[in-house]
Amino acid sequence: MSTAVAKVPCVVGVDLGSTTSKAVVLDDEGRVLGRGITNSRSSYDRAVELARVEAFVSARFQVLRRNVAHAAGTEALARLLAAFRTEQYLVQLGQLRVALDREVACRVRAEAKEAVSGAVAYTVGRMCEEEEKRFEEPSPEERSDFFRDAANSAYSRIAEEVAAQRGLSFDLLLGLFDKCIIQVENAPLELGFVQHIDAALARCGAGPELREGVEAAVATEFVVRSTVGTGYGRARLPFPKEQIRSEILCHGLGAHAMFPATRTVLDIGGQDTKAIQVDEKGIVTSFQMNDRCAAGCGRYLGYIADEMNLGLHELGPLAEKGRRPVKINSTCTVFAGAELRERLSLGDKREDILAGLHRAIMLRAMSLLARSGGIQNEFTFTGGVARNRAAVRALRELVEEHYGARTINISPESIFTGALGAALFAKRMVAS
Amino acid sequence: MPDVAKDRSMQLQKEMIGRHFDKLARAREQGRKVVYTFVPGNLTELLLSFDVLPVLPEINALQSGMRGTSGRYIMEAEKAGHSEDVCTYVKCDIGMLRSGNIGPTGQPLPLPDLLLLSYTGCYTFMKWFELLREAYDCPTVFFHVPYQGQGVMTPQHREYMVRQLREQVIPALERVSGRRYDEDRLRALLRQSRQAEDDLVAVFEAAKGVPSPLDAYFGGVYYVGPIFSAFRGSQEAAEYYRALREEVEDRAARGLGPVTPEGPLNDQRYRLVVEGPPNWTHFREFWKMFYDEKAVVVASTYTKVGGTYDGGFRHDPDDPLGTLADYCAGCYTNLSLPNRVEMIARYLHDYKADGFLINSVKSCNSFSAGQLMILREVERRTGVPGAFIESDLVDPRYFSAANIKNRLESYFQMIDARGAGRSQ
Repeated sequence: MSTAVAKVPCVVGVDLGSTTSKAVVLDDEGRVLGRGITNSRSSYDRAVELARVEAFVSARFQVLRRNVAHAAGTEALARLLAAFRTEQYLVQLGQLRVALDREVACRVRAEAKEAVSGAVAYTVGRMCEEEEKRFEEPSPEERSDFFRDAANSAYSRIAEEVAAQRGLSFDLLLGLFDKCIIQVENAPLELGFVQHIDAALARCGAGPELREGVEAAVATEFVVRSTVGTGYGRARLPFPKEQIRSEILCHGLGAHAMFPATRTVLDIGGQDTKAIQVDEKGIVTSFQMNDRCAAGCGRYLGYIADEMNLGLHELGPLAEKGRRPVKINSTCTVFAGAELRERLSLGDKREDILAGLHRAIMLRAMSLLARSGGIQNEFTFTGGVARNRAAVRALRELVEEHYGARTINISPESIFTGALGAALFAKRMVAS
Repeated sequence: MPDVAKDRSMQLQKEMIGRHFDKLARAREQGRKVVYTFVPGNLTELLLSFDVLPVLPEINALQSGMRGTSGRYIMEAEKAGHSEDVCTYVKCDIGMLRSGNIGPTGQPLPLPDLLLLSYTGCYTFMKWFELLREAYDCPTVFFHVPYQGQGVMTPQHREYMVRQLREQVIPALERVSGRRYDEDRLRALLRQSRQAEDDLVAVFEAAKGVPSPLDAYFGGVYYVGPIFSAFRGSQEAAEYYRALREEVEDRAARGLGPVTPEGPLNDQRYRLVVEGPPNWTHFREFWKMFYDEKAVVVASTYTKVGGTYDGGFRHDPDDPLGTLADYCAGCYTNLSLPNRVEMIARYLHDYKADGFLINSVKSCNSFSAGQLMILREVERRTGVPGAFIESDLVDPRYFSAANIKNRLESYFQMIDARGAGRSQ
């Protein structure tokens, strides 16, 4: 069957943050077609490319959803998406395996080569098996969106076991991973819709309605009419100046698009905390940012996660279990780390310490909010830290204490607020 | 890096300053007496009337900042026990002293014969001269200028200051210089100040024009150099300001903007008012962040720290001591927060500015205390959005270029977005 090529005009916003890079694709009417996110790694160029690829993958799924949701059912679609993610993950594992083999060949002592090579092969093999099984599970355990974090967690667990069983150095195996994961992240990977959708269809045994829809989605041509970039890496973008917007303006406009009654926006990203006031059109009227020091930003949590040997995504759930938050220094990340070790040695519970740390972050944010003019009516919390439930709880408590009852909006897509704002600016450029 | 474009007046000023530092380097062999004093509340005409040479430690510190030596001096002062939070002008000066007192031009600075402490609202000045008194073991005279808490100077304030000048300052200068107080000579110098002040005000007011023929902050800090330091009242200062005025008026007549290090800024997109001192260690980089965005500063408060003339005050030769008192009381450092708000709001209106920026200096409480309240109050009164950045005077460690640039770019885009919003 031949499929007519549908042309979908769209605009793109990219937000190159210090920790993650995001992209949002909007259709002509300003509706979100797709979102993509990746960790920013050492190369902004690769990060923005991957975020865009991801956003267009998700846009094609959106087209698919619009076309066939009714006929095929949302469950089948969700299963196809999960199969697609599995295919992507397996491709990356394959790349990791290649990189590991190369690394073993040139870095490991001759007498240990065989044993290490076997251990690596076994570890990655197990990771692949686990991934296959994960797809079959009805409700798999939550894990990081980023290949680096998800793979790191699985690799460390399996390699530790293998090292113990085979009398190998765990540090050596981990060192190999650290070296290779950067190569995998920075190597060009074909992760697009077209490359993997067939395998995904086969994996989930999709019916004919879905297959037809997929063909239409593959044939859809996205015509990008404008792109606007924002975020810390924006200077790297090969765009003319008018296509670059400050992330403050983008967060203001993005938050306004998500929650039109918003007048105050708090954004906590990797290295910035921004308190922004916007008018009824989402235009920024004043803003304050952290200065000289980034204690209390997302990276603070990253550092603490490392100190506690936890994944970043595990911090919030653990902190939520805290019942008696411990007071922790909020002005210096390194001191907070020292306090944490001290508290652990004194016998405080990890969850209470973490609850205290989340409160500490929000105390810093409260001071910036006060500086920017306080919290007016509706208040929206954006940025990566807004995904952390313990951080949100601490914020709610502090806002209530200082300003009384306020509506606090948090979108599940809050991490994309800056990219959404950028895409809306791109849309305005097309309109004008 | 392209060649730095310079105005003719800058060349004149450079020569004046060079001559002054030559005089200072030869002061001892020529038997000249030296008085250290501060920019706000400086009594330069009085000093010149006694034929003594002024040294201004703040100017030395800021010049060290611009010439890249302040970081080393500050570390030197920290080694001596001065904490990280102390005013970096002070630490730069103490570090310079401990490193052999070689001035910013590379020539040695003479030791002071007298420390003349004019207190005009900055408490740190007192501590600073306490340290210098300890180091130099020389006489100190304290001239107390009452703070303008109510926004006005009363006749009692004025009388109190004139009495101090008569009873403390003049006798101290007589002792140090070995000369009698010569009021006629002081009057003559004040007459020349007046002329220079007229010209300076004409220069600054030229920024009301569109495009502005000058940058009242990045250029302004150069323009106030002579009148804030060792030259007010001198013939050469009067000549400098006449030349500067002609230069600026000529640019205005030809519709030209100020000359930046990368050429003239004729196409001006944003007109700003700036509150607070500049950062000196990254002065060029900081300025570039403005002219790259086509932003010109049309008025600034920092160019009023050594005297506020645009409200009409001029030195009056007919009342030599009273006029010095009036001058000191009106220095920007001595003004209350409401007076500062009033000044910024007036500048926004009179100079048709699109916005205002506060550069809050980490180690200068005298300036930075209350600046957020100033920001809010000015926004409330004028409806013009303000921006707030933080840096330092001469400690190179406290200039975070990426942060400041990010904030300034956001601010300029915010002005654009608001402008677009208004016209919708």
